[in-house]
Amino acid sequence: MLKNFLLLAAVSAGLLPGPVAGQQLSGAGATFPAPLYQRWAVEYNQQVPAIRVNYQSVGSGAGVKNFLQGVVDFGASDAAMTDAEIAKSPRGAVLIPAAAGSVVLAYNLENVPALKLTRAALAGIFLGTITKWNDPALVAANPGIPLPAQSINVAYRSDGSGTTFVFTQHLAAISPAFDEEVGFDKSVTFPVGVGGKGNEGVTALVKQTPGTIGYVEFGYAEQNKLPVASLENKSGNFIVPTPESGAAALASVTWPENLRVWPVDPEAPDAYPITTFTWLLLYKKYDDAAKLKALKDFVTYGLTEGQSFAIALGYIPLPEAVVARANAALSSVE
Amino acid sequence: MATETPSTGRRAGSVGRWRPDFFRWFTGLAAVASVLVLGWIFWEVFREAKPALEKFGLGFLTGGQWQPNRERYGVLPFLVGTGATAGIALLIAFPPGLAIAIFLSEDFLPRPARQFVRFVVELLAAIPSVVYGLWGIVVVIPIVQAVGTWTSERFGHIPLLSGPAYGNSLLTAGLVLALMVLPTITAISRSSLVAVPHTLREGAYALGATRWEAIFGVILPTAAPGVVAATILALGRAMGETMAVAMLIGNSSRLSWSLFAPSGTLASLLANQFGEAEGLQVAALMYAALVLVALTLAVNFAGEVVLRYTERRTAGIR
Repeated sequence: MLKNFLLLAAVSAGLLPGPVAGQQLSGAGATFPAPLYQRWAVEYNQQVPAIRVNYQSVGSGAGVKNFLQGVVDFGASDAAMTDAEIAKSPRGAVLIPAAAGSVVLAYNLENVPALKLTRAALAGIFLGTITKWNDPALVAANPGIPLPAQSINVAYRSDGSGTTFVFTQHLAAISPAFDEEVGFDKSVTFPVGVGGKGNEGVTALVKQTPGTIGYVEFGYAEQNKLPVASLENKSGNFIVPTPESGAAALASVTWPENLRVWPVDPEAPDAYPITTFTWLLLYKKYDDAAKLKALKDFVTYGLTEGQSFAIALGYIPLPEAVVARANAALSSVE
Repeated sequence: MATETPSTGRRAGSVGRWRPDFFRWFTGLAAVASVLVLGWIFWEVFREAKPALEKFGLGFLTGGQWQPNRERYGVLPFLVGTGATAGIALLIAFPPGLAIAIFLSEDFLPRPARQFVRFVVELLAAIPSVVYGLWGIVVVIPIVQAVGTWTSERFGHIPLLSGPAYGNSLLTAGLVLALMVLPTITAISRSSLVAVPHTLREGAYALGATRWEAIFGVILPTAAPGVVAATILALGRAMGETMAVAMLIGNSSRLSWSLFAPSGTLASLLANQFGEAEGLQVAALMYAALVLVALTLAVNFAGEVVLRYTERRTAGIR
């Protein structure tokens, strides 16, 4: 209750022209980390009342657009920025990994509290080649579990989304057939299933219809108490999505110079296979020194103290090594 | 719509002295502005759609694939979905809509009761479409899911009823749309039925017609232009409806014959994909928007033509 009120207060504070004493920072972008960023904004404002951060969750694509148009102080995107996009930015761009999360397979089956999906089965379900819950491929991986002779209803995101990007990127990596037939992007055309708008839309589809399986962000499945499948990773282990198994995946990546990387198919034996970072987009140069300082302070807060809210909100805290890299990138902003 | 030219009032300037007629200027300006705005919208959409227009041409309309990641864009599935949902909605809403209109225009109930029923039906039009969507999710989807599964298991060999049955389907969207366009059909049909001159009805009774003979032989034909207008406005609303459809239709871009399969409409496609679209996808979506605008304009134009025709045909009995 109090939390909601604070959030509301922050939003209205951002919208209403208040006394100009403080520093206003405006950001826009990905919906995926929005609850976390907005929490940072509220908590940080309590510590430093002079700095107000207003984050609008308009979607990664729109976030990049706003960033390139220069109408925000920072952007945010699940798909980072492509080199072509970075080249278009008149003030340059610094990508800062700021949060991480996993994409989980939530399902609705009576009497099946735990489900294991092999890599072939996962791809098969989303390609429409496995259509029944009692398909031999599913039964073999789940001995002793009463899988019903029901049709599998597939649920996917109908709107363009970073979640789809991460999920299809993994499927394309583990299944040449999926790569061939569907490919990966923020919006793709699945050969089966029904589309829901937003994570909440897919969650509702899964919740509503028995026999449905769909991909959503970890937090949504958890809040709605939906069972999630454990997935087979590259080492052949079935891994339940938890903050720990997610962190194992995140720790496994090798970082390039621009900090744009996905743990597409992590090798670590205890890594959950579908995880992603999400990035804050900062300009290389800010003309207003006061604004620059406020922004740096806020991002530093998010990368350190801010990470402590991650687990409660369904995200994975960034591994220390990643925070160090993010901080290094942050210090290059002038 | 059937409107009669109002009798020309007195000119605003009084006799003899010339004064600028501001009211006339203002009304004229408003009229011109509406035309300009329509032109402007068309132009903007066209400009944004140009890359897709040049790349895909008319093949865009007949292409069955919508794959943004492969830069393959064809709106045939969405054209079919738009037509099918609007068609289902009209098919279901027209008979009860007209029946309610007839019931409310006759003296079956005392006036206050009729006013109340009329008020309630017209209130249906005031419900926001997102509420219809929510209602559809909670009520209609489980019903369609159950009925669909039952039907497709038994009559699945008929393409129209083939499985697997989804709750989020063409049929669900059509059913909820039917409810949404019902007040449009009823309200406009009712006012055109009420507007039928009393003398006509009394003439029919005087010739020995029963009430139903009078209704079907005289009153309905006379009110036909209004009923046609009502149907066409309803069709326009059904084709353009976005929110409720996006929540219910299942948003698939695959072509399917089945009523129980997820589908998509042009409006729901735009609502779903515009937010995150980039580059050619934006142009393709704008092209789809252009098609939607052209389609609704064509429907309204066709409506106008039918209206003129039936008006002329029934002019003799007015």
